[in-house]
Amino acid sequence: MDKTVASAAAAVADIPNGATVMIGGFGLCGNPENLITALFELGRRNLTIISNNAGTDHEGIGVMLAAGQIKKMISTYVGENAIFEEKARSGELETELLPQGTFAERIRAAGAGIPAFFTPAGVGTVVAEGKETREFDGRVYLMERWLKADFALVKAFRGDRWGNLTYRKTARNFNPVMATAAHVTIAEVEELLPPGGLDADSIVTPAIYVHRIVLGAGYRKPIERRTVRKG
Amino acid sequence: MTEQEKRIRIARRIALELRDGHFVNLGIGLPTLVANYVPEGIEVVLQSENGMLGVGPYPLEGEEDADLINAGKETVSELPGTSYFDSASSFAMIRGGHIEMAVMGGMEVAENGDLANWIVPGKIIKGMGGAMDLVATARQLYIAMEHTTRAGKPKILHRCNLPLTGVGVVDTIVTEMGFFRVTPQGIVIEEIARDFTPEQVQAATEAMLIVSPQLRPMPGT
Repeated sequence: MDKTVASAAAAVADIPNGATVMIGGFGLCGNPENLITALFELGRRNLTIISNNAGTDHEGIGVMLAAGQIKKMISTYVGENAIFEEKARSGELETELLPQGTFAERIRAAGAGIPAFFTPAGVGTVVAEGKETREFDGRVYLMERWLKADFALVKAFRGDRWGNLTYRKTARNFNPVMATAAHVTIAEVEELLPPGGLDADSIVTPAIYVHRIVLGAGYRKPIERRTVRKG
Repeated sequence: MTEQEKRIRIARRIALELRDGHFVNLGIGLPTLVANYVPEGIEVVLQSENGMLGVGPYPLEGEEDADLINAGKETVSELPGTSYFDSASSFAMIRGGHIEMAVMGGMEVAENGDLANWIVPGKIIKGMGGAMDLVATARQLYIAMEHTTRAGKPKILHRCNLPLTGVGVVDTIVTEMGFFRVTPQGIVIEEIARDFTPEQVQAATEAMLIVSPQLRPMPGT
């Protein structure tokens, strides 16, 4: 078994126009940079992108937004992107904003085969509009459904040809849950190790969830807010 | 008082609520300042909802790591004991009621504890991030905010006008004027800053304040 694909371009080549694609990352941290660039260069359109944020004007998913490739974004916070604002305002871009825990759990539920669940987040707010509520032990909860995708593009730190993945620090974020919730999960890694190269106790995403794996290159890892202290 | 003086006063007062062994989530902006005033001799573990427990201070110059940020997307550092986890696990610990205390900014708080803090009036909607999950399920929700808007309008109201973040979720409000508890009877002022009178605080507040019989001066004022 070898899930290794030679290039990011080859790994995303069968993503069609109109596909629903999850993209890992929190802001620009833990983004699958090579796969995003490959999807941008592939030029597919009418994509629905499920990602916590929308990148910035010149980085990450923002580049695909600017190119008009995205029809709809499902996110939790999109505050760093003027192009997003412009396109959302003009109606060119459809948007769905969700509480971040609801967003994460809807994805987790999809990967775990749970069609719906109840959460207290958003009760009594605009998020609750049109959704079923139910009382459990004296408190009202909202019903939220699973959230699935055709493809998931995720970024891990290390991986092997089976598709086992480990992550690094807060670059983990949404990558492991998204890896479980798509028909086809494509992972990119900074280091591709031979089988047995990863510590079996430290694997976060077991190989069963990953369909293709690519060795990434040329990571830029932009920092959105560089904050430091004096020594 | 300058804006910065108000913010420091509020952050210092909230820091006095921290207890050894508390797991705490600090929101972006003013609440982040609370970390600077953790009382000596206690250990508090900060949670960042992007997947980290044990958030350390900003890194030394030259040690910034793009893979290590807080929920405000600022570079931070690791501590001995830090752990990392994915976003679903992060919100499971939040939703599961394991966070003792969450501190968040506020635009409006109503006398029944309703909170509005995710849509800036007149600006495009940017999203609620993790705010709705945190306010719904933190065991104690502290709102750290200036008492009035820049235009001098009250922010503690009978009812919120802005779209809500949560219904009946606020436990405590700390402003530069005092320390307030949300109770079934209404908002009780428990501590008052020494440079204000109860009449001045009420005049800056739309909700009817209940003055605690044990009203005391706010520490640090």
